[in-house]
Amino acid sequence: MKRTVLDSLNDGLLAAMLQDDSVLLLGEDILDPYGGAFKATRGISTAFPERVITTPISEAGLGGICAGLALRGLRPVLEIMFGDFTTLLADQIINHISKFCWMYNNSVTLPLVIRTPMGGRRGYGPTHSQTLEKLYLGVPGLTVVAPLAYEEGAGKMLQRIICESEEPVLFIENKLQYLLPLQLQGEMKELDQEISYSAGDLDKRYPIYRFTLKGAPVAVVTLTAYGYMADLARQAQIKLAYDYEIFTELITPTLLSPFELSSVLDSVKRTGRLLTIEEGTRTLGWGAEVSARVAEAIPGLRCMRRLAAQDTPVPASPALEKVALPQVDDIIASVRKMV
Amino acid sequence: MIDELSLYRTMYRIRRFEETVLDEFKRGVFSGTTHTYLGQEANATAVIRSLQENDIIVTNHRCHGHFLAYGGEMRPLFAELMGKATGVCGGRGGSQHLHWRNFYSNGVQGGIVPIATGMALAEKHKGSRAIAVVFIGDGTLGEGVIYEATNMASLWSVPLLIVLENNHIAQTTPSQLTVAGSMSERFKAFGLGVNELDSSDVMQLLPVAQQAISEIRASNHPQVLILNTARFGPHSKGDDTRPETEVAQLKATRDPLKISAARLCKTELVVLHTEVDAEVRSAFAGALSDPFPTAEALS
Repeated sequence: MKRTVLDSLNDGLLAAMLQDDSVLLLGEDILDPYGGAFKATRGISTAFPERVITTPISEAGLGGICAGLALRGLRPVLEIMFGDFTTLLADQIINHISKFCWMYNNSVTLPLVIRTPMGGRRGYGPTHSQTLEKLYLGVPGLTVVAPLAYEEGAGKMLQRIICESEEPVLFIENKLQYLLPLQLQGEMKELDQEISYSAGDLDKRYPIYRFTLKGAPVAVVTLTAYGYMADLARQAQIKLAYDYEIFTELITPTLLSPFELSSVLDSVKRTGRLLTIEEGTRTLGWGAEVSARVAEAIPGLRCMRRLAAQDTPVPASPALEKVALPQVDDIIASVRKMV
Repeated sequence: MIDELSLYRTMYRIRRFEETVLDEFKRGVFSGTTHTYLGQEANATAVIRSLQENDIIVTNHRCHGHFLAYGGEMRPLFAELMGKATGVCGGRGGSQHLHWRNFYSNGVQGGIVPIATGMALAEKHKGSRAIAVVFIGDGTLGEGVIYEATNMASLWSVPLLIVLENNHIAQTTPSQLTVAGSMSERFKAFGLGVNELDSSDVMQLLPVAQQAISEIRASNHPQVLILNTARFGPHSKGDDTRPETEVAQLKATRDPLKISAARLCKTELVVLHTEVDAEVRSAFAGALSDPFPTAEALS
C-alpha cells in the first residue's frame, strides 16, 4: 500500500508525541477505535492514553483551554473536526491566541497547533465543505500553514511545528488531500522538483516546492497553489505540457501567513505571467494578495489571472459542486487563455 | 494571625491608584481607556492574599486591583496606562492586557475562563499543585464560552477557582436586565462547589477565600466564589448613568476601606496613608518621566 498524506500526518503526530512528553492531543472523537472523523489520530490514544483527551463539542472553549495549556508550558495540538467549525473559535484565535505573545511584550510563548481539514468535493454541502483559511491569513501573531503531498511537507513538517514552534500555528489540511499518495522525488517521471526556503524561515521549517517539466523549454507561465490545489495544479502542469505544449513553473508554498513571496517573484520574473489557484472563494482571497504583491514588485507584467472557487456557498449536489470549485480542466483553460 | 493593617494597605494602594487614574485621565495623561476597581478592593485583596506563590491569576478588563493585590508595582502599571516603554508590557497592552509572573489579563469578556481552565489543567498535568484563579463579573455570564469551560473544568476536575465579582451592573446595564435565573445554580449544574457572600468586609471574605482555595488544592476540583460587591466608579471613565444618590448610598454602606478602618488604629492609619500617598505620587511622577517606546518596539 502506498503511503498517503493522512498516513504521513498520523506518523507526524505520533512522532511528536514520542519526541516530547509535553505534547497533548485534544479534539472531538479522537480516541481509538474511531481515531478522529478523518482518522488522523488513529492509534495515538492507544499508545498514549494519558495524553490524548477526547472532548465535548466545545470548539471555542477548547481554543481557550489549549491556549492556557500552551501558556503554561505544554504543547497542545487541537483537532477541529471540520475547518468550517474554526469560526466557533475565531474569538480565541484572533483576540486571545494570536495576541498573547506580542501584547505581553514577548514575555510568554504559546506553542499551540490547531489542525483542521478544509475543502469540498465530497458533497458535504455549504457548512462542511468550505475553504476558510483566508479569514485567518494576515492575522498578526498567527502562522498559517498548509501541508503538501510530500514527506517533508506533510508529517515531518507537522512534527517539527508541534515540537519546535513557540507560537500558535493554524495547520490547514484538506479532506481530499488526505487520500493522496505521498509523492517521492525520484518517482516523478515528468517533473523536476526543487525545494527552497524563504529568507525569513531561518529554521527551514516550511518548504517551498518548485516544479518544472523535465527537459522542457523555458516556462511561459508561473502557477502558484497550496494544499490540495497544488496537486491539481501539478496534474494540469503535465497535461498542459503534453497536450498543448505550454510549459509552466509551479510554485507551491507551505507557509501561507506571514506572507512570503520571493519564490513566486523569482519565477514570475522568468515567465512574465502568473496564475494563482485556490479552492477558497475568489473575492478578497489568497490569490488577490499574491497578485497585488507581484504587481507591486514587478511592474508591467504581461498577464495575471486568479482561479478560485465561485463566490457562492459550496453546493451539496455533485453536479453543482464541480462547477463551483476549480478543477484541473479549469486550470488548463485559464492557462491557455494567458498565452 | 491575620494582619488586617496589611490587608488594608493593599486595599488603600488600589484605592489611591485608581483615584489617581480617574483624576489624571481628565488631564490627558493616560491614553485609551480604563476600568477602575473602586469599591471592590476587598475581593482582590482577600482572594489573592489566600494564594501561594506559584498559583495563577487570570483576569479581565477591570484588572488593576488584581494586579496591585498580586504585588505588582504602581510605576510600571501607571506607565503601561500611559503607553510608556517601561510599562508592564512595554506599552503594547495598556490597561486591560497585562502579564507579569503568573498574572495574565485580557480585555475580551468570557474568553479568559477557558484559558484559566487550560492553565489549571496544565498545572494538574505537571503535578505542580498550583491552582488557577479567574476573575469574572456578572456581565460575563452572558458569554457562552464560560459554560463550555465550566463543563470541561468539572469534567476533567481541574484546580480552578472562578471568582464572580457581582457588582450588579455591566457597563450601564443592571444585571436584572441581563441575567436570568440563579447565578449559583448555573455553576452547581456543572458540578462545581459554589460559595456566595454579600460583603465588602475583607475580614469576612478572607476565610471564605482561604477555605475554597485549600479545598481546591486538596481535591483538584473547581469551585466558584460569588462575591456580591459594589462598583463605586463608572464602568470606564465617565459613563455612569446611575443616580448619584444610589452611588452615594453604596459608598456609605459598602466601602471596604471604611469597614476595615473602623477596626484599625487611627495613628497607624495616618502613617500608612502618608506612606502610600507618597508611593502613588512617586510612581506617577516616575511613570510620567519615563520614555515612550520607539517605532522599533512595534515588531
